[in-house]
Amino acid sequence: MHVARLSLVDFRSYPAVDLDLARGVSAFVGPNGQGKTNLVEAVDYLATGSSHRVAGDQPLVRVGAERAVLRAVVRREDREILAELEINPGRSNRARLNRTALPRSRDLLGVLRTVVFSPEDLALVKGDPGERRRFLDDLLVARQPRFAGVRADYERILKQRTTLLKTAAGRSGGPRRVGAADLSTLDVWDAHLATAGSELLSARLQLAAELAPHVQRHYADLAQSVPKAAGGNDVELDYRASVPGTDAAATREVLAEAMLAELERRRSEELDRGVTLVGPHRDDVVLAIGAMPARGYASHGESWSLALALRLAAFELLREEGDDPVLVLDDVFAELDDLRRGRLAMLVAKTEQVLVTAAVAADVPEDLVEHRFDVRAGEVSRV
Amino acid sequence: MYEGIVQDLIDELGRLPGIGPKSAQRIAFHLLNADAVDVRRLAGVLVEVKAKVHFCAICGNVAEEEQCRICRDPRRDTTAICVVEEPKDVVAIERTREFRGRYHVLGGAISPIEGIGPDELRVKELMQRLANGDITEVILATDPNLEGEATATYLTRMLKPLNVRVTRLASGLPVGGDLEYADEITLGRAFEGRRSVDD
Repeated sequence: MHVARLSLVDFRSYPAVDLDLARGVSAFVGPNGQGKTNLVEAVDYLATGSSHRVAGDQPLVRVGAERAVLRAVVRREDREILAELEINPGRSNRARLNRTALPRSRDLLGVLRTVVFSPEDLALVKGDPGERRRFLDDLLVARQPRFAGVRADYERILKQRTTLLKTAAGRSGGPRRVGAADLSTLDVWDAHLATAGSELLSARLQLAAELAPHVQRHYADLAQSVPKAAGGNDVELDYRASVPGTDAAATREVLAEAMLAELERRRSEELDRGVTLVGPHRDDVVLAIGAMPARGYASHGESWSLALALRLAAFELLREEGDDPVLVLDDVFAELDDLRRGRLAMLVAKTEQVLVTAAVAADVPEDLVEHRFDVRAGEVSRV
Repeated sequence: MYEGIVQDLIDELGRLPGIGPKSAQRIAFHLLNADAVDVRRLAGVLVEVKAKVHFCAICGNVAEEEQCRICRDPRRDTTAICVVEEPKDVVAIERTREFRGRYHVLGGAISPIEGIGPDELRVKELMQRLANGDITEVILATDPNLEGEATATYLTRMLKPLNVRVTRLASGLPVGGDLEYADEITLGRAFEGRRSVDD
């Protein structure tokens, strides 16, 4: 698939911009702070309903404007789809598909698919477990948009249950009281948490299992010319669940049972601390290079290779299902050495559409670029 | 900002559910331009509704007397109770004319975030009604969202030892709709709740 046309109204620094895009590699070049990343961020937001740069929606709307509008004509094989999204910070977004309003903005997910490489990817290796959970969940949603609902339900149930734990433990003021009513409703939330949680957990376990061989292969490829790490260059990707005894082969029912049992075992601890301690929101994906955990042990270069291998693996999984996702390379070439640049360039050459941003044209391998745009003070012009 | 009382009116209207600042302003100016008689009648109804209407002592629905119209009606089936969240749900179910039993209005759904637990809902009253023994079926008609489902699960567990039949409204496809337009969750539920057609 590729984006044939992109229009933004009051998005980030742009009052209004219209761009015709084509297959192949398009590079957006300009000094920092001119609005290059804003363009690719808009494409990613249309695909995922969230930004890779900020958590809230307010920074996405131009200062002084009430809402932002994103529009893209997406071409898949020989069909054209018009996807439109209105971003309303603090309220729900509104989406339209081919000029028909959709009941929920998340119904737009799946129309456009992206894989974004950005300097922030280093956090996949060096950052908190939350970064890796989000990586898996985003990929789940990209493959099966239905999981956007599962994820939202799980988060809502979790919030309800955690609030109940806090009030039961007397944290919101007043003396500690755990009434019979509190505990019986806690059982109810446990059941609902286990239902939604096991669905998410089971999908993540399967995804991690599918992802692992791809990550291993890409890492080995990227690391072949560098000296081997002490324990070798083998990469492990291990989904570490907060529920014991889980593996990718377990059915959802088995996972739900295991989760309920663990919730019961840790209930008094949860009541003491006022936090839900069991469930996919406490899980991590442990990455290891040569049997040493990557987080804390891997060098800067190794971390970069691993982050790149994760994204490449994600790209490949999405590509296996048919259509190429749109590849976004946000300021990454400048961060990479020649070998990694070369690997990325190989992938780029085979992809239907690639959007690249760079501060200086020299950062992007010149023979790759087919369409070049200059971005300066919010003006985008074709070169 | 408008002067004094006009702004007060806009602010008060803006506190109503579903009314934003722009709508509040439009309603305020509509009222300013309307006949004094009409406005007085509206004000009268507002005052009267607060003074006259209370909640039915039995089911918790809105009522002008001690008990609501449905609880007073001797023709209604006394063996079935339909549990709903809000009085407006009673109206919705009454429109179907499918249900001839009585209602129980909880006054909301379990939601710790909003500080609502079973003690804030009319659960105790429901248990008291069931203790009287006449009732053989309880239909749980809470909303099909997370909080409504949690409330239904909670009530199911509470009612289990009482030996009454507990049913939950089916969720699934809207009548007159197209299968292709149903979202995955609704369609998934409809699959789960499918039933045999040969009996």
